[in-house]
Amino acid sequence: MTRGGGSRRLPVIVTIIVSLMLMVMPLPDWAAPFRPDWVALTLIYWAMMMPRTWSVGSAWIIGIVLDVAQGTILGQHALALCFIVFITVRFHLLMRVFPMQQLAATVFAILALYQFILFWVNGVAGVDVPAVGYWGPVITGTLFWPFVLMLLRGVRVRVHLGN
Amino acid sequence: MVTARSNSSNPARIPALGVRVLLLMAVSILLMVLDHRQNHLDAVRKAIGATVYPIQIVVDGPFRLWEWIREGTTSRNELQLQLGRLEAERLITKAELQQLTALKAENARLRDLLEARRRVRDEIRVAKIMAVDANPYRHNIVIDIGERDGAYDGQAIIDSVGVIGQVIETGLMTSQAMLISDPSHSLPVEVNRNGLRTIANGTGEFGRLDLPFITNNADIQPGDLLVTSGLGGAFPAGYPVAIVETVNRIPQEPFADVTATPAAALDQVREVMLIWSSSETSEASDD
Repeated sequence: MTRGGGSRRLPVIVTIIVSLMLMVMPLPDWAAPFRPDWVALTLIYWAMMMPRTWSVGSAWIIGIVLDVAQGTILGQHALALCFIVFITVRFHLLMRVFPMQQLAATVFAILALYQFILFWVNGVAGVDVPAVGYWGPVITGTLFWPFVLMLLRGVRVRVHLGN
Repeated sequence: MVTARSNSSNPARIPALGVRVLLLMAVSILLMVLDHRQNHLDAVRKAIGATVYPIQIVVDGPFRLWEWIREGTTSRNELQLQLGRLEAERLITKAELQQLTALKAENARLRDLLEARRRVRDEIRVAKIMAVDANPYRHNIVIDIGERDGAYDGQAIIDSVGVIGQVIETGLMTSQAMLISDPSHSLPVEVNRNGLRTIANGTGEFGRLDLPFITNNADIQPGDLLVTSGLGGAFPAGYPVAIVETVNRIPQEPFADVTATPAAALDQVREVMLIWSSSETSEASDD
């Protein structure tokens, strides 16, 4: 990697670390089932904007770290993140030109897919979770998406990333 | 790898994306099978856990700082009140302790008479619950004692009033623990009053445990104290677990419907104690 590539990656890495922190930050019991999937949202954005640098490989590694941080089955979040980033990268050109509402609807579908993979792995492994545990993050994640979008766009513009 | 610049000039297909994603998904599934079925990946988990540790520290930091500031700014008046309360508490415990020494000696004598093994005191160490949320699907906590301090998988965790849970995953500096209220947690207990043995299952609610295997004619009533029986091997015997809340005898069913309330406030504790049970060593030294 060139030196320019390294300095461009650093801000992205920082946003991903911040999203990991938000994932392990304590929330009151009533709010915990509604914690948005910060890591998934962040990765969707970077995969959409820089699909050559932030693709399935990085998503997989971050997923493994998330698995260890949360004590879930090793590979569960890696599999789910890897797959939704694949979808995002596959359609990144389309998603970039979507209007806001359509993009939000797409993110909703991607997050639902993400939760479905987690649900499926939990089902196979015999972990019982109430339904709100799956729908909560999808809904709040979609609600928070515009803010994540603006914030990360700010980061990208400020450090002259991508196009 | 291609630099980010080229993705604006040539935004065509990403090469070999499908192959890569299939490969990575296959590796994930392999990892999950290995992790879930055989627990082969403890070393891997520990290695990655070392990278997660700084994140946990940073997240926990503000809470610790806030606590420190609050402790530092407690008023003199409040401190005096607290001191008075603690002093009173200490007197009571001391009085109880006087009896305890006598009782211990008596217990040892009786056990000698019965030629039973002597009970050895368990070693206890205080751990802090880190302000870090663990597995969203489970009742898990993260504590600040890890393998470096001698924690081990299956180790019992208590607080000042009763059993909290057990260590399920030791990292280098931190460990994950499962609370007794987790739906997949079961704990061998006995009724303190008459020694009736049973199992207490978690329900997923902090304030309720389930006792599914109590027959309709068993001698159990609301208010009975449940203590660990020590039969499972993981927990040392005699620590309070819960108080029986309701006993619902259903004539046509083989088992009564019994629930209990955990003695410890599972969702409120900040400091817990890890027990190094000495049952194995005592076995070796007494035989």
